[in-house]
Parts: sequence; C-alpha cells; structure tokens
Amino acid sequence: MSALTREATETLIQEVLEIYPEKARKDRAKHLMVNDTELESSKKCITSNRKSLPGVMTMRGCAYAGSKGVVWGPIKDMISISHGPIGCGQYARGGRRNYYVGTTGVDTFCEMNFTSDFQEKDIVFGGDKKLAKLIDEIEMLFPLNKGISVQSECPVGLIGDDIEAVSKKAAAQLNKPVVPVRCEGFRGVSQSLGHHIANDSVRDWILSNRDGQPFEKTPYDVAILGDYNIGGDAWASRILLEEMGLRVVAQWSGDGTLAEMENTPFVKLNLLHCYRSMNYISRHMEEKYGIPWLEYNFFGPTKIAESLRKIASFFDDHIKEGAERVIEKYTPAMNEVIAKYKPRLQGKKVMLYVGGLRPRHVVGAYEDLGMEVVGTGYEFAHNDDYDRTIKDMGDATLIYDDATGHELDEFVKALKPDLIGSGIKEKYVFHKMGFPFRQMHSWDYSGPYHGYDGFAVFAKDMDLTLNNPCWKMLKAPWLKEEAAELKAA
Amino acid sequence: MANIMIRRSDKGYVFYMPKRDIEDSITSMEFDTPEKWGGEIKLGNGGCYYIEPQAAPERLPYSVRARRIDGVE
Repeated sequence: MSALTREATETLIQEVLEIYPEKARKDRAKHLMVNDTELESSKKCITSNRKSLPGVMTMRGCAYAGSKGVVWGPIKDMISISHGPIGCGQYARGGRRNYYVGTTGVDTFCEMNFTSDFQEKDIVFGGDKKLAKLIDEIEMLFPLNKGISVQSECPVGLIGDDIEAVSKKAAAQLNKPVVPVRCEGFRGVSQSLGHHIANDSVRDWILSNRDGQPFEKTPYDVAILGDYNIGGDAWASRILLEEMGLRVVAQWSGDGTLAEMENTPFVKLNLLHCYRSMNYISRHMEEKYGIPWLEYNFFGPTKIAESLRKIASFFDDHIKEGAERVIEKYTPAMNEVIAKYKPRLQGKKVMLYVGGLRPRHVVGAYEDLGMEVVGTGYEFAHNDDYDRTIKDMGDATLIYDDATGHELDEFVKALKPDLIGSGIKEKYVFHKMGFPFRQMHSWDYSGPYHGYDGFAVFAKDMDLTLNNPCWKMLKAPWLKEEAAELKAA
Repeated sequence: MANIMIRRSDKGYVFYMPKRDIEDSITSMEFDTPEKWGGEIKLGNGGCYYIEPQAAPERLPYSVRARRIDGVE
C-alpha cells in the first residue's frame, strides 16, 4: 500500500505543478505519474528521455559523463584521455569509486586524470597536434597501458577536430587500440546518450579484436555487464556466480581490463546488471555472436535468489544445484541480518531518485527489510525502464522522470518519507531539511551493496542513517531565521 | 529510413530501434515465410513500419533498414 491514496497523489502532483507557467506545467505534467500496476506499458502515462526544461534545476549529467565517467573510465588498464578543457576530467575523476586491483600509475589508471588541457590557441588552431603529442607522452610515461580512449569534451565537437584520424595513426604506431569516442557533452539530453555512444565505440573498436583467435572455452562461461564495481559491488556479485560453478570471463567495466572485454564474445551468456548503460552492447552481441543476455538483480536476498535461479536456468543441472547450494548457504546469514535490522526499519517509508537502474532495482532490498518505497524516479531512464518499474513498485505510488529541484522538495514535504535515497546534488538540501538521506549513486562512501555480502552492509547503512538521532536536532537555516525574527518582533 | 533490430521472444517478434530506444512487440508482419519476409509491420504501440520484403534471416536477432509509415514516438 502506498502512503497516499491514488486521488491524494494525483492532487499532490497538481499542487506541485501549479507554480509553473502554463507551458512549463503542461510539459512537466507528462513526466509525473501515479503508478498503476495493472498497466502493461508506461508509454501513455509518462514521458521520458526528453530535453530538460530550461529554467528548472535538473540533476542530469552530460554525454561525456555517461561515456568517460560510467562506461570507459573504470576499465583499469586503459587510459581515458579527457580531450578538451581541464575541468571536465578533473571533476569527473574517481567520483564513482570504481574499485580495482592494481598499482595506480603503473599498470592501472582509473584514478588518474589524463587531459589535453585546451587553451585558447587550441580552440583557434585545433587540438589534433596536441592530442598526438599527448598520446606519445602517455606511451613514454606509462608503457604498461593496454590501450587508450579519447573522450571528447564539448569544444572538440564544436571546432570539428578529427580525432579519428589522430587515433588511427596512433593505433598503427603503438600497435594498441586507440579509440576515439565522440561523446561531446552537448549530445543528447542526458548521460544516457553517452552510454550509447560508449557502447557503440566499444562495438566498433574493441569487441571484434580477437575474433577467430583461439580461446579456451568452458560450457560455463559468463560475463558480467553493467557492474561498475562501486565500493566493490562486482566482486560481491562475482563470488556468488563463481560459487555456483560459473566462470566469469569478463567484468564490464568495474575492475575490468581490455583483454576481458575482447574475450567477451566467447562467453555463453551475458549477465546484464545495469540495463540502461549496457543493453546496447548486449543486443549487438546477441545478433553478431548469438550470445543471449539476461537482466539480473543482486539487491536483497529475495531478488538475489530469484536471479540466481534465473541465471541457472540457462545451464545444466550442475549449475542449478550450485545455485540452490549458494542460496541455502547464505540464507541463515541473511535471516540473521533481517532479524537484526527489520524491527528497527519496519514500516519506514523511502523515496528514491537515482540514475537509470537503482530506482527499481533496490526496491526489493528495501522490501526485504520491511520498508516501503513510496516514490521513485529516474534522471535519465527511457520508456523501457519505466515499463519495468511499474511492475516493481506498489500501486498508487509516485513516479517522476527527470524531477526538478522544486518538485523533489515539494514531494518530500508532502510524503514525509523516513529516508531519501538520491544523489550528491540533492543530499545537502535534504540534510538541511532534516531528512535522513543516503547518497545512492556511489553508496555514500560505503558499499558494496550487491550480493549477499552487500546486503548486510546495505541493511546496516540504512539503519545507521535512518535511526541516527541527529536528524531531530536539525532545523533548516531559513526556518531558524523566521523563528528568531518572530521572537525579536 | 532507420536501422531496426528484430528479435524473437516467447510471445513473437520484438521490434527495437537503437537510435530512439524504442522497444515494442510486433503484432503483425505482412509476410512471414522463409522465402518472403518483411513488408508492413505493426507494433504494439500503434506504430507501423515497412521492411523491404526479403528472404527470412537465418538467425534472429537481425538488423535491417525500415521505413516509418505511421510512427509513434
């Protein structure tokens, strides 16, 4: 059951929309909906993947963020050059805490910022020469890199530099993949297009590199796609798959390497965690190599058990037994976690507003703890994501697409959730309003949250945040002032 | 003209357009025999596309060029 009735939720949406001018109101109304689990398709109820309205506070990123920050960045033995002015690379460096094993600066490079640092003269005369020089310099200073990707920032597209030509030349010279990625920030409406561009560039420049070469296959080869190892997520997922008898050939792209990506076409099954950012490459591999793909969800014991069985159904009895064995092994520990935290969290309401996967994926984990998600929404999802969300969310709950700062504030004030899960841009606003808040993009410096081990951390974190006594002592600074003024008067 | 990808699910053909991320079921296909395959296809969302009739692909999913006759965005 939702916190509000269907009518009340609809009234709330109307009230929140009232402040907008008429044209903006009409546009924003299409992005807000009250969930109806009966619906088969979200198409008629919610519009998504549209340009944000000028003048509102949106939480979205850009195509460069989607490509460099999400897909290419975590590949540990490749160097991603942020080609353009220095800021984009510097502020996107290591922000997502994609953990990896290796010696940074020697054989792994995720946490470093490589940039061509555009100046005025590069804009006027073009930056191709600088890029070529930069690649040479990288090769001299970091000879253990396995490949280079050139991530374009806005100016590169604006001045029309030919990064493809430079990359091709460099690739021939170095005998390594040098991948030009046309992910200028102005492309598309959000980071979502960056994921797509990054997937396409992997497809064009990396994926078929080892076609026809020998590879020692087993019947149990799988690849993890769309797990960026935030706080160790991919590791917590990988051990479960290995325990049930599968061989994980590749991790895309958290703690992943170039060799793993090149070997992916040899696997039997692609396991897709983040559907939004990697479905493109899965679809391509399904067509070209005949590899089926499967969406799975490793948040919370209920969903994990469901996913493990679904994965096992693609293999023989050996793996099916393995899945049951893994579930049986971890169930007592999970029951302990639930017994400990459920009494402290039971019946609490959560509101979510995250990127392109978690607004629906973590619902199961909250439900395992007896909590209820009363509102959810995506920054950059498409309609296929909402189709999937409708089934996972309760009836008459609130769903918002590309929510604005104003809408989020008002929804929170009306629904009064006990916990909010969203990003860093929302975090301090809600802190000041006195609401318990978890930053759900990179797990608020905690993690992992995937897998059975992750669920224990997840439950503890939620309890620590929600039942922290500090929230009652907080009062928004703007409310304080009012009180003081009243006193003075 | 746009590239689309046709897949098979347990409920029949599925239409996918990578450029716009539109995924929907195909409710009807004009020709669906091994020799002649394609023609007008109707989608679950009401859209209608045209694929030049051709021999059926050996394996699905299959990428093909399609023309929009009556599209729903």
